Amino acid sequence: MSDIKLAEAPPGIEGSGFFATSFDKVVGLARANSLWPLPFATSCCGIEFMATMGAHYDLARFGSERPSFSPRQADMLLVMGTIAKKMAPVLRQVYIQMAEPRWVIAVGACATSGGIFDSYSVLQGIDEVIPVDVYVPGCPPRPEAILSGVLRLQDLVRNEPMRRRNSDEYKELLNKYGIQ
Amino acid sequence: MGKISNQELIQKISSRFADRVFAFSEPTGLLTFETSKEEIIEVLTFLKNDLDFNFLTDITGIHYPEQELPIGVIYHLHSFRQNVRVRIKVFLEEQQPTIPTAFNLWRGADWMERETYDFFGVQFEGHPDLRRILNMDDMVAFPMRKEFPLEDPNRVDKKDFFFGR
Amino acid sequence: MNEPAIIKNLDRKETTTLNLGPTHPSTHGVFQNVLEMDGERIVSGVSTIGYIHRAFEKIAEHRPFYQITPLTDRMNYCSSPINNMGWHMTVEKMLGIQTPKRVDYMRVIIMELARISDHLVCNGILGVDTGAYSGFLYLMEKREHIYEIYEEICGARLTTNIGRVGGFERDFNDIAFAKIKKFVKDYVPVLKEFEDLFTRSRIFMDRTIGVAAVDAQTALDYSWTGPILRACGVDYDVRANEPYSSYEDFDFDIPVGTTGDVYDRYMVRNEEMYQSIRIIEQALDKIEKEPKGVFHADVPDIYLPPKEEVYNNMEALIYHFKIVMGEVDSPKTEVYHCVEGGNGELGFYLVNDGGRTPYRLHFRRPSFINYQMYAHMSSGMLLSDAIINLSSLNVIAGELDA
Repeated sequence: MSDIKLAEAPPGIEGSGFFATSFDKVVGLARANSLWPLPFATSCCGIEFMATMGAHYDLARFGSERPSFSPRQADMLLVMGTIAKKMAPVLRQVYIQMAEPRWVIAVGACATSGGIFDSYSVLQGIDEVIPVDVYVPGCPPRPEAILSGVLRLQDLVRNEPMRRRNSDEYKELLNKYGIQ
Repeated sequence: MGKISNQELIQKISSRFADRVFAFSEPTGLLTFETSKEEIIEVLTFLKNDLDFNFLTDITGIHYPEQELPIGVIYHLHSFRQNVRVRIKVFLEEQQPTIPTAFNLWRGADWMERETYDFFGVQFEGHPDLRRILNMDDMVAFPMRKEFPLEDPNRVDKKDFFFGR
Repeated sequence: MNEPAIIKNLDRKETTTLNLGPTHPSTHGVFQNVLEMDGERIVSGVSTIGYIHRAFEKIAEHRPFYQITPLTDRMNYCSSPINNMGWHMTVEKMLGIQTPKRVDYMRVIIMELARISDHLVCNGILGVDTGAYSGFLYLMEKREHIYEIYEEICGARLTTNIGRVGGFERDFNDIAFAKIKKFVKDYVPVLKEFEDLFTRSRIFMDRTIGVAAVDAQTALDYSWTGPILRACGVDYDVRANEPYSSYEDFDFDIPVGTTGDVYDRYMVRNEEMYQSIRIIEQALDKIEKEPKGVFHADVPDIYLPPKEEVYNNMEALIYHFKIVMGEVDSPKTEVYHCVEGGNGELGFYLVNDGGRTPYRLHFRRPSFINYQMYAHMSSGMLLSDAIINLSSLNVIAGELDA
């Protein structure tokens, strides 16, 4: 026996030679365990993300082995660091370029709320320009906190209904941000 | 510290420029004096070529709204061989402050002057590419001037009564 | 008349415009370079910065002196303790506070650890950009150990906010000293192994030697400081030229390069890490000889008294109140103080009008000044060389944009 832990199968009906469960759960399981991160690192939190990706904390254990630097092949946008108003259109552009389904984690106080930089040039939280799924507190958050944020996102992904992205609520949410 | 004393420097500078340089002082041991925008390039050239101040440490600005000439441009020079620093100030008018560029003496002045322009609106005449550097290009105000508010006035999410104001 | 379109274009030079950044993975931060490319070669470039401009200088005008330390943390976040110490020393210089020798040596230890953590990230990333990931992983492991030392001393890993004006908030405990000693012993073999992987590696040498060579005169003309200036052969180091925090008590060498290319910058940074270890070893010896338990200057006007005294002692309560409410007088003066940061001369120009906040605070940020030559020096370079040139300049976005 190897000590590799496999993801737990969702509950279903099992018999000899077959296993039946709902499609939602299988897709959720697959998505949750291979989230490809897009690190959008601007400042200090990006350095902590480097530590998170490094050997000591190893984000790869949770199925995020491959940081995707192209938005088109990424599932999870990790916004780490201060987003200045000059940067906001770039961030929005990156979000629009990502394919559905896409999730966003705001790592650190700056991405969440502007942090200690309550100044004319800093965007007071990225949720002014794009929708956010998980907020990670800290200035900067410790690598454990970033890992915890990813795990929380995995919970969301695992339980997301298949139809959510087609629902009217979701469209309304995107419309609120002016994203089609 | 340095091989050349501040007194010697004062003597050399004032024997060359007489009353065109003024307000000598030494806050925390660093020789400081003022000059006018007509003289500044000549002063800098003299310091660089004759007094061996080969290194431009910094250019920055300051704003004193109550003064007659409110906008200041501050140069820090450093002589590596003598290991001594000097600070030069030039004060300018508030509306359309202009001063000749130091770009031709030190290429490093390029971004320092752009930053000063960005923050204080000082026009450096002869600068090859005087654009905003840190702030957005479409900004019209100069944010480091004292009247400019720190916080974004357009914010709607910040309720003053939560902050006791 | 009937000639095909392709022949028409032969005499016209075709260049492409390449937009490098602001979210490009090889730029290590948010800066944009719009490059005009002729095939693989860069013809010209324009740098755009300011993508994380956070208005430090404006915020600093609205904060009391002791609340500016967290801002300096976030400037060069690879070596934030140097920024913290630099700021504390600036305020001390303004107020005329003399710190005890033990505090100076403690600061030296922390600053040299920070320098190591800065240089190792830079050299590790240089390795990654030239195609070798393993060296980076070896060094990053050691960086975790430095962060553990910081945690032991101040509780934070990255944005440390370490120390106070006048000294430290608490003494180093025994675990911290043990960890520092262990780190000093363990780090040298790891660095040797890292050097074995890179210094004489044919691939690494071919990628870096002669790339982005800068002569000393040009470097001085562009106001370069720090390891990249020393790589050009100028032996300017603030630690030696204007010793602060009792650096004059230490015996260390300042490595200089000859050609100013990427390889020399790498070598200078590596050697500086050995020298930092040397300094830390000396500082540990010197601390032994100083009176134990001294970790701040005796300045009740400036240094917050311990909490238990505030609750039990009238005098301490008054001082606490005065400091927190900003009732302490400060001289009306201006100060320029500089320290040798990870990337060069980190200067603080502080103009004080006697209030509790600075009237004007300007940071001389080495990354900002070092980076301005980048677009200019990139022209004529191959794109892949320009990338390693960027990583060897070690531009930290937070420091660049302030």
